[in-house]
Amino acid sequence: MKEPQIIVIGNGMVGYKFCEKLRSKTSSFNLIVFGEEPRRAYDRVHLSEYFNGKTADDLSLSTENWYQEQNITLFLNNPIVKIDRELQKVYTASGLDYHYDILVFATGSGAFVPNIPGIDKEGVFVYRTIEDLDLISGYAKKAKTASVIGGGLLGLEAAKALIDLGIEKTSIIEFAPRLMPRQIDTAGSDMLKSKLADLGLQIHLNKNTTSIEGDGRITALKFSDDTALDVDMLVISAGIKPRDELAKACGIEVGPRGGIVVDEKMQTNDPAVFAIGECALYDGMIYGLIAPGYEMAEVLAANLCEGDKTFTGFDMSTKLKLIGIDVASFGDNFITEPDCRTIIFENKHKGVYKRINVSNDGQYLLGGILIGDATAYNLLLQTSNNRIVLPENPEELILGARGGSEPAGGAGITGLPDGALICSCEGVSKGDICSAVADGSCENIDDLKKCTKAGTGCGGCLPMVKDLMTYTLKSQGKYIKNVICEHFNYSRQELFDLIHIHELKSYDEVLDALGKNDGCEVCKPLVSSLLASLWNEMILKKGNGVAQDSNDRFLANIQKGGSYSVVPRVPGGEITPDKLIVIGEVAKKYNLYTKITGGQRIDMFGAHLNDLPIIWEELIAAGFESGHAYGKGLRTVKSCVGSTWCRFGLHDSVSFAIRIEERYRGIRAPHKFKSAVSGCIRECAEAQSKDFGIIATEKGWNLYVCGNGGSKPQHALLLATDLDSETCIKYIDRFLMFYIRTADPLTRTATWLNKMEGGIDYLRNVIINDSLGMAAQWENEIENLIASYKCEWKEAVENPAIRKRFSHFVNAPEDKDPTIEFVEMRGQKRTAEWKTV
Amino acid sequence: MNEQSNWLAACRVEDAIENGGVCVKHGEDQIALFYFTRRNEWYATQNECPHKKQMALSRGMIGSATDEPKVACPFHKKTFSLSTGECLSGDECAIKTYPVKIENGTVYIGTTPKS
Repeated sequence: MKEPQIIVIGNGMVGYKFCEKLRSKTSSFNLIVFGEEPRRAYDRVHLSEYFNGKTADDLSLSTENWYQEQNITLFLNNPIVKIDRELQKVYTASGLDYHYDILVFATGSGAFVPNIPGIDKEGVFVYRTIEDLDLISGYAKKAKTASVIGGGLLGLEAAKALIDLGIEKTSIIEFAPRLMPRQIDTAGSDMLKSKLADLGLQIHLNKNTTSIEGDGRITALKFSDDTALDVDMLVISAGIKPRDELAKACGIEVGPRGGIVVDEKMQTNDPAVFAIGECALYDGMIYGLIAPGYEMAEVLAANLCEGDKTFTGFDMSTKLKLIGIDVASFGDNFITEPDCRTIIFENKHKGVYKRINVSNDGQYLLGGILIGDATAYNLLLQTSNNRIVLPENPEELILGARGGSEPAGGAGITGLPDGALICSCEGVSKGDICSAVADGSCENIDDLKKCTKAGTGCGGCLPMVKDLMTYTLKSQGKYIKNVICEHFNYSRQELFDLIHIHELKSYDEVLDALGKNDGCEVCKPLVSSLLASLWNEMILKKGNGVAQDSNDRFLANIQKGGSYSVVPRVPGGEITPDKLIVIGEVAKKYNLYTKITGGQRIDMFGAHLNDLPIIWEELIAAGFESGHAYGKGLRTVKSCVGSTWCRFGLHDSVSFAIRIEERYRGIRAPHKFKSAVSGCIRECAEAQSKDFGIIATEKGWNLYVCGNGGSKPQHALLLATDLDSETCIKYIDRFLMFYIRTADPLTRTATWLNKMEGGIDYLRNVIINDSLGMAAQWENEIENLIASYKCEWKEAVENPAIRKRFSHFVNAPEDKDPTIEFVEMRGQKRTAEWKTV
Repeated sequence: MNEQSNWLAACRVEDAIENGGVCVKHGEDQIALFYFTRRNEWYATQNECPHKKQMALSRGMIGSATDEPKVACPFHKKTFSLSTGECLSGDECAIKTYPVKIENGTVYIGTTPKS
């Protein structure tokens, strides 16, 4: 018997989800999907991450073979142009026709483009598809100013994308008197506006754009209040328009303002035709979020498989992070007195606004708005959705408990009923998550995502999913950790504390006390790094030399061919002519290749192992010290010349860089770390690409943290603004010790932060507000490290036992390795190529 | 076991480095000598790492995988068994190993490689 044939028009997120849900329930039905875009369905919710380095492939929801494996026929780049409902046929742009038994509209929405004169000028874009983003990023290269029309959720995303693309001046134009008018109230909008303004975004509210000016291409916007704004490009994000034109053309009922009218079974006025997602109009409303779209897909898929599900509207609560700012609304967010009582907390200093609406009897949470800090969102949403009776002092839900040690919100996640919906995108309940963990099938978040799909939609519930997983594992007496290797059954952080408590000073002591067998190349350098971070003793003493990684073992970087490079410290990149001459003379004497490094110092390459002590003796005599270019610790603090010479300089960036470099030199960490100080906002020292970077402001220093260059560049994030020098150093002290104590092995600060739950807000709370109560201890620990600093090369050349190890042959100490070969290039030597194997 | 007739007096026990390696010159050849103090064992291998032909194994870290003694090349962390010379990082290449004996505080290396 021939299977009934389903045709899905549209291959967006909801169309894809429908296929996935249907195939998870049944393999019957011939399933054919027509997509208008050239690629498989992708994650439109995280579209702006396309500008942060995610590729179209990363955003794709399925693998290339998925449709084939699921026995689904997929046509891309092939829109349906006509439907004949009598013949039950669709006609494609490529001229083919297909019969359907069931037709599903998942056509989604397009950008609503208001009819403003000049809207068709060059330089005007919409923000909807990957193709739109390609066009925007191409045009942005020649644009200096840009505007976004629309201050809603997508408009703010688009503005962020424009900033990321390097547009110097970006503004947002909103017709309504506030930003995100559907989600937040005026006070929340004011707070958001001031935070966005801090980031350089101009916000114009109450602005009605009347025309787009320019000869062929856009040059300015004109408004109804007779003002104007010069812009090079414009992104329209004024809302969405359901794609209902095809349905309308074949006589399917559509709403007066667009949208395919459906009932609670997603059925249109033609019983064989259905609509789901943003093209569907249910009960007079378009649901422009992903979670209700997925719910519609579930309802339809279930009913096609003899189920009996209905769509009855959807919770439109949202939480998102806009340019690093939390914004959330949930439940009945706009309800006002006398229908409820509101509790409002506002902290303009920190840019936090929280409002909760409580029922008049004080029993239930009705809804609320959170700006600047949405850590309580998941719990508040659950409290409201599950009608959990509020504690006696409901303000503690947004303020945190004061005085007592009980966490806010009573029992927190443990108090939620099993039926509480945790992941609304995928419809996963607390019970689903906890039982997947409890039956042993999932012990980490990736497994859990695969097995329950929780957190795979918008990702907003992930912190709570993780909490539930940890809670369930703990209640079973299990807990998760990253053990180092077969010799140590501990995580790096645990080992750090254990070595500290037991006051162990050498690798062998640590292995005897805490490990087993003989160690290896994984745990040896790790333990050595911990010992150095804890005690700061000379790293080659106490038999620790053989437990050091190759570079640390000989206090130099081993290079291709087996020679070493020598890098003396040049703090802040400042060096006297005399010292420059010494470097030149030493390099000449020992026939070393010289190159200026990216960190404003000079690297001398091609030194024989045997020559290292004598080279360093000469450098030390001239006042140099180790640059630790070989160690996992502070490398350089780069600086621009600052106010001492530069006509733009606000403060003396060189002096501050030297002070910082000398403060943290020699401190060992989980990985290398770099810093820079810029004397003004022009940022010539590129401080925002460093593990911690400092930029002078009119009032002091701005401190940025967790940036990275290298293979995965990442801008540092602003930790604190307008600091005086002492406070800036205090924060760096705390930041470094927190990193040293908690990062996984060989993890740079950027990755460390990326893995940190709560991200920069959490980090800021730890560093600035001392939320862990560790600040005093950390400051004390780092003072000890700073006080115990010695130049390890000075110690090495002065210690005969250590110095003895700097020879290639044990039985011919004067002989150098004869296999090292150099060739000439541009008047210097370079190492010979790898010998072919 | 192969017969050793050529024993090279490499160094004194106290010149070797505990739980680490030193390099011994043998004519044009270089041999890495390891004093695995933790296990009270001596090992000798070729000094050249076959991966990129670097004279470096004597500067590598030693350790064990389960019970197999091993050395990791400092260049790219390829690991080799100290007892058999087999590459433990999944590569085809192996290294030569040599017998070691101690007499009167002197370390001798048998310069004919083990089979």
